[in-house]
Amino acid sequence: MKIRDLREFTSARVNLGCSGCALPIAEVLKLQLAQVSARQAVHAKLDASRLALDVNSVCQDLIFVCSRAPDRVTYLRRPDLGRELNPDSRSLLLQKRGRFDAVFVLADGLSASALQAHAPGVIKASLRLLNPDDWRLAPFVVVEQARVAIGDEIGHCLGAALSIVLIGERPGLSCSDSLAIYLTWNPRPGLTDAARNCISNIHDDGLSYPVAAHKLAFLMHESRRRKLSGVELKEDAKALT
Amino acid sequence: MSSYRYSVRKTVYAFPDLKTLFARATPARSGDELAGISAQSPEERVAAQMCLAELPLTKFLAEPLIPYEQDEVTRLILDEHDACAFEPVSAMSVGEFRDWLLSDAASSSVLESLAPGITPEMAAAVSKIMRLQDLIAVAAKIRVVTRFRNTLGLAGRLSTRLQPNHPTDDPAGIAASIVDGLTYGSGDAVIGVNPASDNVASVITLLWMLDRIRERLDIPTQTCVLAHVSTQMEAIRRGAPVDLVFQSIAGTEKANRSFGVGLPLLEEARAQALELKRGTLGDNVMYFETGQGSALSAEAHDGVDQQTCEARAYGVARHFKPLLVNTVVGFIGPEYLFDGKQILRAALEDHFCGKLLGLPMGCDVCYTNHAEADQDDMDATLTLLGAAGVNYIMGVPGGDDIMLNYQSSSFHDALYLRRLLNLRPAPEFEAWFEERNASLPAVPELLEA
Repeated sequence: MKIRDLREFTSARVNLGCSGCALPIAEVLKLQLAQVSARQAVHAKLDASRLALDVNSVCQDLIFVCSRAPDRVTYLRRPDLGRELNPDSRSLLLQKRGRFDAVFVLADGLSASALQAHAPGVIKASLRLLNPDDWRLAPFVVVEQARVAIGDEIGHCLGAALSIVLIGERPGLSCSDSLAIYLTWNPRPGLTDAARNCISNIHDDGLSYPVAAHKLAFLMHESRRRKLSGVELKEDAKALT
Repeated sequence: MSSYRYSVRKTVYAFPDLKTLFARATPARSGDELAGISAQSPEERVAAQMCLAELPLTKFLAEPLIPYEQDEVTRLILDEHDACAFEPVSAMSVGEFRDWLLSDAASSSVLESLAPGITPEMAAAVSKIMRLQDLIAVAAKIRVVTRFRNTLGLAGRLSTRLQPNHPTDDPAGIAASIVDGLTYGSGDAVIGVNPASDNVASVITLLWMLDRIRERLDIPTQTCVLAHVSTQMEAIRRGAPVDLVFQSIAGTEKANRSFGVGLPLLEEARAQALELKRGTLGDNVMYFETGQGSALSAEAHDGVDQQTCEARAYGVARHFKPLLVNTVVGFIGPEYLFDGKQILRAALEDHFCGKLLGLPMGCDVCYTNHAEADQDDMDATLTLLGAAGVNYIMGVPGGDDIMLNYQSSSFHDALYLRRLLNLRPAPEFEAWFEERNASLPAVPELLEA
């Protein structure tokens, strides 16, 4: 068998060889490194001011808020707290209430590194596809210790018809900075994931910014036209050539 | 409904009902804390365990944790309870049952015939007062043997599910992982792919591909594409080669509904698979996965602790005479099982409860990167499960599942365990491996129609 060929077909850890019946030490250490990188990404803190600088060219109006989870350990143990705004954040957003077509929510999720690395690129690519006369956007909201559903309360407080949550995905060994986008029509507390559309796997070796933005713009337009999101809204954008 | 009280020195601990007592008695678990049902202090936990130890086993037949009228899983458990099989232990309390399980009177054959008399609640209750060594010692006495194209669960054997997942279901990528796994002697429990897409057409493509590889290499094993049961049923209707029907299940009717399944649907799926008559040695055609926390995650736990909900899922599983059942113990995340210690204990509880109820238990020894766990925790869990006589574990290239993004056991881990404990693959597969291993074809050749 041409065993050296296996790695041409998959990024899985195939054809690693054996020491005795264990993994050779180089592979053990590589795995170890990947695991601690992923752990680091989970526990990394969002550098909100750097994120603000990175998106400065396309948006200057940002609001910084926090969930009810005060720290990372609580966040990991209590997903319910990550889905709700803390009281100060809530009043801050209520003060900014208006009538908006959409709000972009930048949430750390399980990988602040992912948000830090890819949110600016995704936002820039997306705004290029949205006519500013056609889309009245709320101030961008940066939220820490957040789960996806916090976008429901944020959109509700601000009076936005659509919430677009950019959030760091759970880090894996091959990629610790993968970003996802969740789109929810008529966001309000109490919705389930069945009410959302998701575009996932946005990272250097995954979905590119232009493709992600293309899919997002399609979903935003369709969601607004049909006044719904989730299982009844299929992402059916024409493939980019 | 009765209430329960237990005094420790001058403190009286009161438990308003049986499910509260269960929840307070269960060893510490982040998921039960999240649900707000766990003991408020370590002392309360031990008081609850002492109280539980004094309850007669018959109590659990008389007082269901989730009402009979409300839940089809409760109805299944109570309607199928075998009073004759239960007879030898029917006069025991939970504590006496634990002592008896460890005694020589509870031999392998006695435990085998006892299984239909044990309900999930009995198994859960006794497991809560057992230490790890008890969970291991009793489970190690129980063999559960099942058959499809080979014989799984025999003494002295350890099988593996070869899990060749790929993020885009690419046939060549999947085939490469299969070839790699086969060279390490992985895949006797099943060659099972978690598809990235639940799309019927792509599931059918994978089913045909797996079946061609199995036939081509003449491997005495079974294949499975772990799509939703309804997708697999549609694949069967369209003539696809389905060996095992897979489904994730949970321990309450409501949680199962959130998975889009119920007992009648599973019954129908099993009937469809049996009709295909693809098994050559036996007709165990079902494959189930479970895991503590799934009911709470679906907000369908009804105040019952996650370990008891898990045992109830085994009550569902055994009705369908599965070939394979495995708990996916660390997959759900730290809000349910916080760290390596909780994952380890949960794995051994699940394995014990499953075996006591007569199930062919395997375990996906695994963790996610947001849990407080690492490879050392996996090694400890793996080794103790091996000592407990687990039927099978997973085989994932390098232990890194590139589709589901979590760490499971590797092909190498299985070799380690087999060598350490002198275990071998299923006999039919072992014979095939010795004869054919050196002559596996290259990936492109394998994919040719």
